[in-house]
Amino acid sequence: MAEEKKQEFWRWTESSWKDPHMDWKDAHFITVGIDVGSVSSQSVIMADGQIFAYGNMRTGSDSPNSARNALAFALETTDMPEERMDYCVGTGYGRVNVPFADRAITEIACHARGANFIYGPEVRTILDVGGQDIKAIQCDEKGKVTTFLMNDKCAAGTGRGMEVFSDLLGVPIGDVGERSFQVKEEPPAVSSTCVVYAKSEATGLLRKGWTTEEALAAYCRAMAERIFSLIERLGVVPEFAVTGGMAKNRGVMDRLMPMVKLEPMQTRWDTQIAGAAGAALFAHALCKKGKGRKK
Amino acid sequence: MLANYGYKDASGDFFITIDTGQCDGCGNCVTACPMGVFLVEDEDPNDPLRDEPVALVAENKKKKLKYECGGCKPVSHSPPLPCVEACKSGAISHSW
Repeated sequence: MAEEKKQEFWRWTESSWKDPHMDWKDAHFITVGIDVGSVSSQSVIMADGQIFAYGNMRTGSDSPNSARNALAFALETTDMPEERMDYCVGTGYGRVNVPFADRAITEIACHARGANFIYGPEVRTILDVGGQDIKAIQCDEKGKVTTFLMNDKCAAGTGRGMEVFSDLLGVPIGDVGERSFQVKEEPPAVSSTCVVYAKSEATGLLRKGWTTEEALAAYCRAMAERIFSLIERLGVVPEFAVTGGMAKNRGVMDRLMPMVKLEPMQTRWDTQIAGAAGAALFAHALCKKGKGRKK
Repeated sequence: MLANYGYKDASGDFFITIDTGQCDGCGNCVTACPMGVFLVEDEDPNDPLRDEPVALVAENKKKKLKYECGGCKPVSHSPPLPCVEACKSGAISHSW
């Protein structure tokens, strides 16, 4: 019997990194931020408020294990024992399920703080397109939130929606951005970005004779419009930065930016680690205030 | 901080905005709201370094505001909302 090989087009690449120039033995405080999201989990290990190592992976079916795996993934790159960490803050949708966290802080506060770190203090408006929600945040030069809005009721226009759509069309998620620009003429946006109806939306378009690229373009445009309608409510103050996995999708970002009328900030860091980086920074601040475990 | 609690879906925008700079944590909104939408917590979850009490929208009501608030908004030109009226500092506003 022929064996069916199912390709998982939605699978994005997991990554981990360690700063080769830093040694954890020199650090006074080692703090850890764990961001357990609905789709991805990150851990950031900071030595005295600087990123020492991080790990970014998919969330499994169980939050405590995802948190442990994410931390182990970052620790793998280092030779540091887990016991060395002084303080750990959990954030994200699974933040109450991080068994080794000393404290849980909401993702709104952590994203603002993290974006302030990875993009620099000029950032004022942060858009986070996560796995199942969209957050729009404005913050001051210290990364303190001044206003925020989060839509976690509806997953339209989020990372998971893009995963589902890429899988339906059989396009690896990393190629969606590139492929969506391979169209002769930009098609109109699809009418619904609803993740539940994504399948009927996709098959409907293909049946009408659209190419895969056109369907991708239409979906990316609809997502950009959906995301823009949310940040419009809050208003965009420069500088503008995007965090979360969707920041890596050119198909959506290049269509969103003409609507926002701003150039997004660039960073050398992985955009997905913003929340965990913010959590690690809060852990560091709490340590310095004497609330950490260290004497 | 302007905290927008609520959601946007295909039927519209449903947000309650609490200006935490104005809010003094008095708790009048908690007793005024017939649906128990508000809570006062000793610490703002979105601003962990602030220590004063603050009002927020309960987690289990956040995604149901259209229905929870429906009773107070039957028609246009209806009387002022109990939560908005109870808040002396004017920290509460609704988006719809």
